[in-house]
Amino acid sequence: MLELKNISKSFNQRTVWHDLNLKIEDGKILCIVGQSGGGKTTLLRCISGLETLDAGEMLIDGQSFNPTAPHENDAVIGVVFQDYQLFPHLKVIDNITLAPELALKQSAKQAKQTAEKLLERLSLSDKADLYPYQLSGGQKQRVAIARALAMKPKILCYDEPTSALDPGLRDAVKKIILQLKQAGITQIVVTHDWEFARQIADQTFKLEPQQ
Amino acid sequence: MHYILQILPSLLGGAKLTLEIFFWTLVGSLPLGLIVGLGLTSHFKPLKAILHFYVWLMRGTPLLLQLIFVFYGLPLIGNGIFTLQRYDAALFAFILNYTAYFAEIFRGGLQSIPKGQYESAKVLRLSYWQTIRKIVTPQVVKIVLPSIGNEVINLIKDSSLVYVIGLGDLLRAGNVATSRDVTLIPLVLVGIIYLLLTAVLTFVLRKFERHYSYWK
Ligand SMILES: Nc1ncnc2c1ncn2[C@@H]1O[C@H](COP(=O)(O)OP(=O)(O)OP(=O)(O)O)[C@@H](O)[C@H]1O
Ligand SMILES: [Mg+2]
Repeated sequence: MLELKNISKSFNQRTVWHDLNLKIEDGKILCIVGQSGGGKTTLLRCISGLETLDAGEMLIDGQSFNPTAPHENDAVIGVVFQDYQLFPHLKVIDNITLAPELALKQSAKQAKQTAEKLLERLSLSDKADLYPYQLSGGQKQRVAIARALAMKPKILCYDEPTSALDPGLRDAVKKIILQLKQAGITQIVVTHDWEFARQIADQTFKLEPQQ
Repeated sequence: MHYILQILPSLLGGAKLTLEIFFWTLVGSLPLGLIVGLGLTSHFKPLKAILHFYVWLMRGTPLLLQLIFVFYGLPLIGNGIFTLQRYDAALFAFILNYTAYFAEIFRGGLQSIPKGQYESAKVLRLSYWQTIRKIVTPQVVKIVLPSIGNEVINLIKDSSLVYVIGLGDLLRAGNVATSRDVTLIPLVLVGIIYLLLTAVLTFVLRKFERHYSYWK
């Protein structure tokens, strides 16, 4: 379980959110919704350790947890960025195997096997040897999901997973997210698409811009 | 024809020195340039200030002056403890100078890598140096290759400046033959050898660029 206790964040004296409390049960899907500027992305960046909190605490399974120092613990949080941020100079398969090899010290063979399984699960098996520029938006997103999953995260975060996709692909993402839920992965989805949130969420959290 | 064959060995001897200076300057200044480039993009202000000053100094004064300064000037301080042999002095000055140019090129390349690349490496738990090695450097190399290529071509010609500290490079060999035998032929040959060298370099650089065109 991930717990956020009395967390606050501001940029240059401008409060983004103040004294937030939030709990996410294991294996559930939390949707963070709200208007533009409400601080959804900022919250996700704090959870994944890309921004620091001004105040408050994060707990994983009751243990205090500092996401900005990922080497101190292995309670990993994965992120699928809005613009995916695949590594353009690496083939799809190498995008996925790089971090498990370097950070988790997996053998090349082991990392490759895991990656191939993930690609199959996300119907990307035939794309393993392509470069990111050769993929469609939806395919890039699935590679980004595979890349994050290869690190075996406890929690997977998405920033606006539907914003850059055709409406038809929205259902494909929904299917993947629900499928990962079956596999027991906790997921946090930032979206301003209420309809999408309604379809997948176990829990919704609304963030509105502060005055 | 006979005359050409007669002076060719001394010209080729000069060309060998030219190539040696060229090669060792690159070996020293390319990695150093990348490191200084990283320093120029760091958030540690004092380091940045020092490196900016260094780059400003090296790019703001003639290479010829730096060469003369290192060889003739340094021995005048501290009872000559900074005295360098001609060849070492030349390499020292060239590496110092070219590192600055390469650092500026690498800085530009480094700054054009989107912040998101560092962030996705970070959430994938890569360390700083892993990120630099595996994510940033390959992308930067592709971006900077054309500008580096320019400097590399310049370097082969700049290396002729070492004649001022009395090193026998290609240009000097041609010059000596011309004034001794009162003919233009050695200088024409020198020109041809430089052209051949830059042609080969241009070809190799093209190959490199093509090698890196497998991704966009
Ligand atoms: N690095 C930063 N420096 C200063 N202000 C920032 C920074 N990042 C975000 N902000 C500000 O924080 C507020 C929240 O931004 P955030 O991107 O989290 O909103 P959001 O809910 O994700 O919006 P959107 O739906 O448009 O993506 C905005 O007012 C934004 O200007
Ligand atoms: Mg956002």
